[in-house]
Amino acid sequence: MAVTQATAAPSAIGSGLVSALSTIAVTLVVMAAGLAASIVLAVLAYALIMAILPDSKLLGAVIVMFLGVAACFGYFWSANKLLDTFYPARGANIAANLTKANAIRPWLFLGPAIIVLGLYLVYPVFNSVVLSFHGPTGQEWVGTYNYRWLAQDPAFRESMRNNILWLIVVPAAATFFGLIAAALTDRIAWGNIAKSLIFMPMAISFVGASVIWKFIYDYRPEGAEQIGLLNAIVTAFGGAPQAWLTVPFWNNFFLMVVLIWIQTGFAMVILSAALRGIPEETIEAAVIDGASPFQIFYKIKVPQIWGTIAVVWTTITILVLKVFDIVLAMTNGQWGTQVLANYMFDWMFRGLDFGRASTIALVIMIMVVPIMIWNIREVRKDVR
Amino acid sequence: MSTGVGARPALTWAVHLSVLFLVAIWTIPTLGILVSSFRDKDQIVVSGWWTSFFPTEQNIVARAAPPEEAVEQDGQWVITGNVFEGGSGTVSAFGTSIQRPKEFEPGTTAETRDGQTITVQKNGDYVITYPEQPEGRRGERLFVTTLEPPKFTLANYNTVLFSEGIGQSFINTLTVTIPATVIPILIAAYAAYALSWMRFPGRALLLATVVGLLVVPLQMALIPLLRLYNGVGIGKSFIGIWLAHTGFGLPLAIYLLRNYIAGLPREIIESARVDGATDFDIFRKIILPLSFPALASFAIFQFLWVWNDLLVATVFLGNNEEQLVLTGRLRELLGSRGGNWEILSTSAFVAIVVPIIVFFALQRYLVRGLLAGSVKGG
Repeated sequence: MAVTQATAAPSAIGSGLVSALSTIAVTLVVMAAGLAASIVLAVLAYALIMAILPDSKLLGAVIVMFLGVAACFGYFWSANKLLDTFYPARGANIAANLTKANAIRPWLFLGPAIIVLGLYLVYPVFNSVVLSFHGPTGQEWVGTYNYRWLAQDPAFRESMRNNILWLIVVPAAATFFGLIAAALTDRIAWGNIAKSLIFMPMAISFVGASVIWKFIYDYRPEGAEQIGLLNAIVTAFGGAPQAWLTVPFWNNFFLMVVLIWIQTGFAMVILSAALRGIPEETIEAAVIDGASPFQIFYKIKVPQIWGTIAVVWTTITILVLKVFDIVLAMTNGQWGTQVLANYMFDWMFRGLDFGRASTIALVIMIMVVPIMIWNIREVRKDVR
Repeated sequence: MSTGVGARPALTWAVHLSVLFLVAIWTIPTLGILVSSFRDKDQIVVSGWWTSFFPTEQNIVARAAPPEEAVEQDGQWVITGNVFEGGSGTVSAFGTSIQRPKEFEPGTTAETRDGQTITVQKNGDYVITYPEQPEGRRGERLFVTTLEPPKFTLANYNTVLFSEGIGQSFINTLTVTIPATVIPILIAAYAAYALSWMRFPGRALLLATVVGLLVVPLQMALIPLLRLYNGVGIGKSFIGIWLAHTGFGLPLAIYLLRNYIAGLPREIIESARVDGATDFDIFRKIILPLSFPALASFAIFQFLWVWNDLLVATVFLGNNEEQLVLTGRLRELLGSRGGNWEILSTSAFVAIVVPIIVFFALQRYLVRGLLAGSVKGG
């Protein structure tokens, strides 16, 4: 009755090319049928409901939402049902049927994931490479023109410089503050409340955070009442108010503050868990040896969580490479604050040059490849 | 964890103060937006939000009734009235010349060179007396310093929700977010089950691919997909953006769920198989209920990410009134209403309030998901 999959899979694959091909064919047919059935049903249901019910935008949205999810579930159900009707688990050749069904079923389960991942993440990588050799509309071949243009483009150089600044400052600062916050909050009774509050900006969108910080940086001419907190503090100490977002070079750091503010909570949560995972004995031994709290922290605790620090660092690094909303919302790359992701967006929407935009996107991609390889190697170590 | 600290009160205090300082920096910016959204729009531009809990001092110039309205009383000509002209407030000082607006305390009497006396009470009532019948049409100018009580209002929310289009955007964001959260969970859960408990060739390779795709920058996908959508005719539609978010969230979903599902006890699944349950049944009746914590973790991630996303929505959904999501609207307002902080702060708060509620309500799952995704080497 219970044919374990360990024996099922090799026999299905191993029994010759014809059987393999037929397995693939059946898989595709079942998948397509399941997909088609669920989509057709969802569309029909939508048309039917819309014909009966009054025209209401909100209601329409709710129904579309519901049907979209239902169609998705419908696929898994109908594809699975179809496979069972194709190879029923009863009758004369039950064993052969089960074997075949078990060889196909994983692919039915994986099917949508593979299709979506392929279409939305794998195909674009290759397509971008192709597009980077084409002109603005992606039609005419221009060879390496886009790359040569990029190499001498001053705005691209500015973006690269800023991106490198971001890559150095943001992960370092967020990890540092996260580590400090984790170490301190673990020592006090109201630590969990403090953690929640420091963690909260995680839930705020980059645009929302940009509004929040733009309000902090708000500038009124000297003499007027400052409503931005930063300028109010500066003038209270006798300084002159500044339009912070236009101060060359340093304005980059004022933008980075926003991301650091958002990401510190993330670093704190993970590092705090890592700190708690440190074996008590190592700390007790250090206490007996007369180490001060600072020594314990820097010489005993931190070295034991280097691995986690590296993970936090790389995760934030990836995020930094993609940072876009903050720059777009706060300065839109003016006053020397351009970054790659926003520059790419600029060429895509305002420059309307898909070739150049794709080339810039590829530069971002190349920058994450080392992290990608490192990740894959770590996971393979883990699985083995 | 408090090793060595208890013995040193100074250090304990330093820890408390440092944490307090950190918490202040991390909450005050948001508090500023929240407080401002409830303030009167005229007050926002003249004083910082941190002053809004205290009465604000304002200098106003009131004009008394014209001298021709003076009436005779006990041999003097008297004009009475109130500086607030029907409004209310508290006078903290008054004066008769622009150079010295705070010369007199309320209730005291000021005498001018030509023998007039002027008295202004705390509540704004004034009495001006003239020794002889005065002439002229223009009343005396009174310089009054008032203390305005803190004023909070819901008017900004009214404006923003019903006439700035934030209400419509809120619905749009919801329409985008819910399916874009549920669909990837369904797809990823099936895939994660197949990757952990079903045997088929190429499993390790597939898993490595998923991990590799975790870090592919979104920017890569925009142009090819935009061209594809326009080619196929999906254009800018909700279906298109749901699928896009599904695609971008799927690697993390599969990775998180696989880590969790692969860790479920083998015996449960084996014994269900022995009892004749099919993989579909096992998934539905055993895996799904058991992996609820992991599903919840990812759901929160995806929810926050989709709700807060600007890039994907800008590219795959239109910028018109009908389709603009909250983040897009907020960005647009930053451009068009850059100085109107009452609109901006209120809109920002409407946009962040749902994720913040979700965050505080389900923080436990979020933290668990973060730990599963990061500490284990991703």
